[in-house]
Amino acid sequence: MIYDVIIIGGGVTGCCIARTLSKYDLNICLLEKEGEVASGTTKANSGVIHAGYAAEREYIKRYLSIRGNSLYTQAAKELNFPFKRIGSFVVALEDDQIKELEEYRKKGIEDGIPGLEVILDTKKIKEMEPHLTHEVVGVLHAPTAGLASPYELTFALAENAATNGVKFFRNHEVVRIKHQDYTFTVRTYQSEFQGRNLINAAGLYAARISKMLGLDYFSIMPRKGEYILFDRNAIQLNKILFPMATKVSKGILVCPTLHGNTFVGPNAQNITDFEDISTTTAGLKEILEGGMKLVPSLPARSSIRNFAGLRAVPDTYDFIIDNTDVYGFINVAGILSPGLTATFAIAEKVVDYLELLGVELKEKEDYNPIRPKPERFKDFTKEELDKKIQEDPTWGRIICRCETIPEREIINAIHAPVGANTVDGVKFRCRPGMGRCQGGFCRPRVIEILSRELGKSYEEITKKGEDSNILVGRTKDFMLKSESGGIRY
Amino acid sequence: MKSYEVDVAVIGGGSAGLAAAIVVKKAGLQVLIIERDKELGGITLQCIHNGFGLHEFKEELTGPEYVQRFINEAKKLDIPSKLDTMVIEFTPNKTIYAVNNREGLIQIKAKAIILAMGCRERTRGAINIPGFRPAGIYTAGQAQRFVNIEGYLPGRTYVILGSGDIGMIMARRLTWEGCQVKAVVEIQPYVSGLLRNQVQCLEDYDIPLITTYTVTKIHGKDRVKGVTISKVDRKFDRIIGSDKFIECDTLLLSVGLIPENELTREAGAEISEMGGPIVDNNLETTIEGVFACGNVLQVHDLVDLVTAEAKRAGLNAIEYIKEKYGKKIEKREKIKCISGENVNYVKPDLINKSDLSKDIIFTFRVKRPDRRILIQFKDDKNKVVFKRKRRYVIPSEMIELKLNLSEQQIDPDCKSLEVEVIPRPEVLIEED
Repeated sequence: MIYDVIIIGGGVTGCCIARTLSKYDLNICLLEKEGEVASGTTKANSGVIHAGYAAEREYIKRYLSIRGNSLYTQAAKELNFPFKRIGSFVVALEDDQIKELEEYRKKGIEDGIPGLEVILDTKKIKEMEPHLTHEVVGVLHAPTAGLASPYELTFALAENAATNGVKFFRNHEVVRIKHQDYTFTVRTYQSEFQGRNLINAAGLYAARISKMLGLDYFSIMPRKGEYILFDRNAIQLNKILFPMATKVSKGILVCPTLHGNTFVGPNAQNITDFEDISTTTAGLKEILEGGMKLVPSLPARSSIRNFAGLRAVPDTYDFIIDNTDVYGFINVAGILSPGLTATFAIAEKVVDYLELLGVELKEKEDYNPIRPKPERFKDFTKEELDKKIQEDPTWGRIICRCETIPEREIINAIHAPVGANTVDGVKFRCRPGMGRCQGGFCRPRVIEILSRELGKSYEEITKKGEDSNILVGRTKDFMLKSESGGIRY
Repeated sequence: MKSYEVDVAVIGGGSAGLAAAIVVKKAGLQVLIIERDKELGGITLQCIHNGFGLHEFKEELTGPEYVQRFINEAKKLDIPSKLDTMVIEFTPNKTIYAVNNREGLIQIKAKAIILAMGCRERTRGAINIPGFRPAGIYTAGQAQRFVNIEGYLPGRTYVILGSGDIGMIMARRLTWEGCQVKAVVEIQPYVSGLLRNQVQCLEDYDIPLITTYTVTKIHGKDRVKGVTISKVDRKFDRIIGSDKFIECDTLLLSVGLIPENELTREAGAEISEMGGPIVDNNLETTIEGVFACGNVLQVHDLVDLVTAEAKRAGLNAIEYIKEKYGKKIEKREKIKCISGENVNYVKPDLINKSDLSKDIIFTFRVKRPDRRILIQFKDDKNKVVFKRKRRYVIPSEMIELKLNLSEQQIDPDCKSLEVEVIPRPEVLIEED
């Protein structure tokens, strides 16, 4: 079979393109190298939907993020992912920084960002965000800034795209691409795919994919950002807090999450290893100290998790969204911050390019833009809950006690379109193991459910795909001899 | 929604909850145990090593043997329990909401509630170890569950961070399973668990104990491949140049336990800094008629002491129902207990002035080990009301003292009582 469009990369960009294109009468498939979608840059991302004032005017990322921000309202309605416009502050700690805030405001308003205002009344500022340092002299308030859960958004996009006919292939790492007679042949470790058009949304590996077709006009380097997440009982913020931006990044922010936790991060380290998502002592110290400049009462002792993510930083420092010299090949690369914000606008742009390529874009009659909201125990009233459990007892078996997640939510996450097939996949979809005990109690139960629902043995269940198995064998197995006569390992 | 009414509802069917429920039932009151797991017994069930029961039964039992005696007694007394049932909320007027897969949402109205939810383990995030996030990192208790209950091995070669009791016990347990425990790494200069576990679990099996070191990096992208450990200075900062790499496929964490008080907090009870609810000398929380006992109140070193504390909570709940329930209670004047020199925490947090003539049991732990010390109770005017010598103190052992404060002639107007553990004056002189 020859697909009309093959998308490489199951991050938020790739999945958003897949979902946007699924509206049209096209045969589409998406290839992802990891065991789950949203496994790369998408997973460890601040989740901030920026207002769009920060990037300079010569960059397209500025305009795509402003447009992208406005598209979130409708998308959140259709896709039912967690999203909230809570507003952000850029915090000035010295008088001469006010000038810069004014500059942001002026240009932002001119470019159509709603509601930007500079607030100098520190009493009012402290009322809006009581945890902010008393050294604040003024803030830029951007009311349209918000929070989205990047991986929940991606799961929603993938699910909706799959419902509308897009085929997802996970654990398919692209190793070679051939272009002949207007047809791309994409080779993965397991299989081969043919398509007329190819979209490269491979994130950190986008330059590598592009090079497979001889196009090496850009390069991508990983830039690591580390984060620390705090217990929701320790501190709760109202606003997303940015320091004044530096040349390399928007700085270390202190930010609430949609689930009521708070995180601090990221820092910015240019590195060379494309898989180095390790956190470092120095880095964790740096972000904690950075965060404390904005929120001196950060509860260092109540951190529940630290993690790192890699941004795909192109040498141009701007998004690379191109109809390339290879006919039918579109690069969507270098999607660094504010890429999450811009994602729906980026997908629109890809549609424009496909149109330019002469792809026939006929809207499907049975296209369904709605991805139903996953049913959550926590959203039910007591009466609804009682009824639910009567109808389906798995609603009444609580697996994760920190987050109150019943068995039914986990089963649903596994059997959803493009559903979970690893412990982390379950965790990121419906949160067992995200809480205070970080899976201490529920992990054995999640393994049991995955094993039952997927028909795999306990030892085959992995944390996040190949080679990350959780259990290595049965007890007393050292007494069993293997066929070769040695001790089975 | 199904609704039940009982005299006393006990949340948690482990060692604490069982002992409390038995006391209440024996007094002729109605009691109900609510347990989230599919059987009674709690975490003691996975503690298949011995050393339980020396105080309570004057014999040495394993965890399951110990707790089974209570399960049997509860059965004999016909104490009802709701298994596989998760409490999602309780309110200050003592209504409990819980769910299970047989009845749906249920409502339990109680005259008194006894909290016995136990504790959870501190995790990697809580101690911020840098490095990758591969599979192969477990808390010691989680590994214990996999091995002892599920019958699976989480790995073959181990490094254990922290010398808590479960960590040391798992070091021995895994050695028995043919696994290799390369080292137990402890950031403090001393072992954080009990001495007997250090001897019986590590020394007897030649498992190296490396003190004043901590894990500073985790290697391996998919599965753990090893850890870097580094020596730390007195402030626990890494000493540069002291790094050592240890190859292993699993890292176990035994870095402390935290009382599990999410429900307690949501109900509006005050929680102390150490994580347990604030209680008075009757083990009553700041919500009237709600009592706490076992590891939900404070992390105990021995299950026997949990049992003893739970029995007291049960008796106090009975007394509450008989004497105070439904009556208007005058605001009780209280003395606050403060942790002084080398005291990590002290329970109870408050003493009712009306109870000064009763025997009060104080439990506390020290922050660091010391020898030939004096335990002192001082009132708010710095007058010493009680002192006792002790040969040694270590953080892993909970200290228990029974004290009658009016016999100690405490000033009835006193507002606070400070507990401190100080070197004996004569020791200071000797050392000079």
